[in-house]
Amino acid sequence: MNFNPSAFISNLRYMGLGMLGIMIVIGIIIIVTVLLTKIGKK
Amino acid sequence: MEVLFESLLLIRWQHIVMWIIGGVLIYLAIKKDMEPTLLLPIGFGAILVNIPMSGAVTQQIGEKFEEGALSVLFDAGISNELFPLILFIGIGAMIDFGPLLANPKLMIFGAAAQFGIFFTLCTASMFFDINDAASIAIIGAADGPTSIVVAQKLGSKYLGAIMVAAYSYMALVPIIQPPVIKLLTTKKERLIRMPYEQKEVSRLTKILFPIVITIIAGVFAPASASLVGFLMFGNLIRECGVLNSLSETAQKVLANLVTIFLGITIASRMQASEFLHPDTLLILALGLVAFIFDTAGGVIFAKILNLFLKKKINPMIGAAGISAFPMSGRIVHKMGREEDPDNFLLMHSIGVNVSGQIASVIAGGLILNFFM
Repeated sequence: MNFNPSAFISNLRYMGLGMLGIMIVIGIIIIVTVLLTKIGKK
Repeated sequence: MEVLFESLLLIRWQHIVMWIIGGVLIYLAIKKDMEPTLLLPIGFGAILVNIPMSGAVTQQIGEKFEEGALSVLFDAGISNELFPLILFIGIGAMIDFGPLLANPKLMIFGAAAQFGIFFTLCTASMFFDINDAASIAIIGAADGPTSIVVAQKLGSKYLGAIMVAAYSYMALVPIIQPPVIKLLTTKKERLIRMPYEQKEVSRLTKILFPIVITIIAGVFAPASASLVGFLMFGNLIRECGVLNSLSETAQKVLANLVTIFLGITIASRMQASEFLHPDTLLILALGLVAFIFDTAGGVIFAKILNLFLKKKINPMIGAAGISAFPMSGRIVHKMGREEDPDNFLLMHSIGVNVSGQIASVIAGGLILNFFM
């Protein structure tokens, strides 16, 4: 185990990509779920 | 006579420390009722595999390898992710997505509360290589099967420590979350009421939901296809209405059976030589960081949304976006009632909590997409 503080900064892009990715996927799921609920009511 | 004492003479202090750790896990399971279905088998297994020359794990004797039952079970059920995925069928069959389908917007908090995973990924990368860091970060999913699958697929050597951390912290959610929530919210915010409108969700919607989620998650995060697929398959069995006996079996017999094997098999990775390292303590600390920042991510996201909303949200419900179901949802509801006995947040917080189950699996899939 080595202590490498610069790894935090260099891996921040994964934090950005991860949060963006999950927001996009969940956003699509929300839209589809709203549509499903409307289809279900009909 | 010497043969009788051969094993006794091989006992080292490391073995005794592992017996004590196993004993503590059994104590916590029985006396404190902390995730007993998993901590008890893990605790007993930790003792079993740390008996010198234990036949429960594969041993090299001379040039021959003597196969141990737990090692065989590990190869058969965990190294290929079979046990956690089968367990997901049972979990899927237990989940009622009704509160979520009644208010799908709540799902966004499930996404926000995965922040701890990605923050911990960056933090852990300062100490570990990126695959181990990602495996440790997924402790924040608060979801045992996802943690196993991710750690195993990324080839982490810390599976035992990751599992102990994941299940211990899940049991400690009622202790970890309230102080973080209180620190990040004002009394005025905790008093915000959120009226619940009862909405009927049709059977067709409940049947289509697991199928559509599997397709969407599978397309955007293919590595999560098996995780989401098994979870949603279990839910489809529950909601289809024609497989009630299969649904009951999945919820009870199947889930219980796999849980027994899962717990004791995980313990095969808790041999003193692999477990007793300073790394293990660091992994436990990083797991705590993941849970704290998950909670903070959900609460802060709700507070940011409140800046733009006319009808304010109680930011505490953001904390329920972690996958620890239903503890997290209940904690938020309980905290709301402590501030105002007439505030009823349960349906909202459970809806967010259920969305955390989906979001944590997708987060696991994204992590696998990044690093596999």
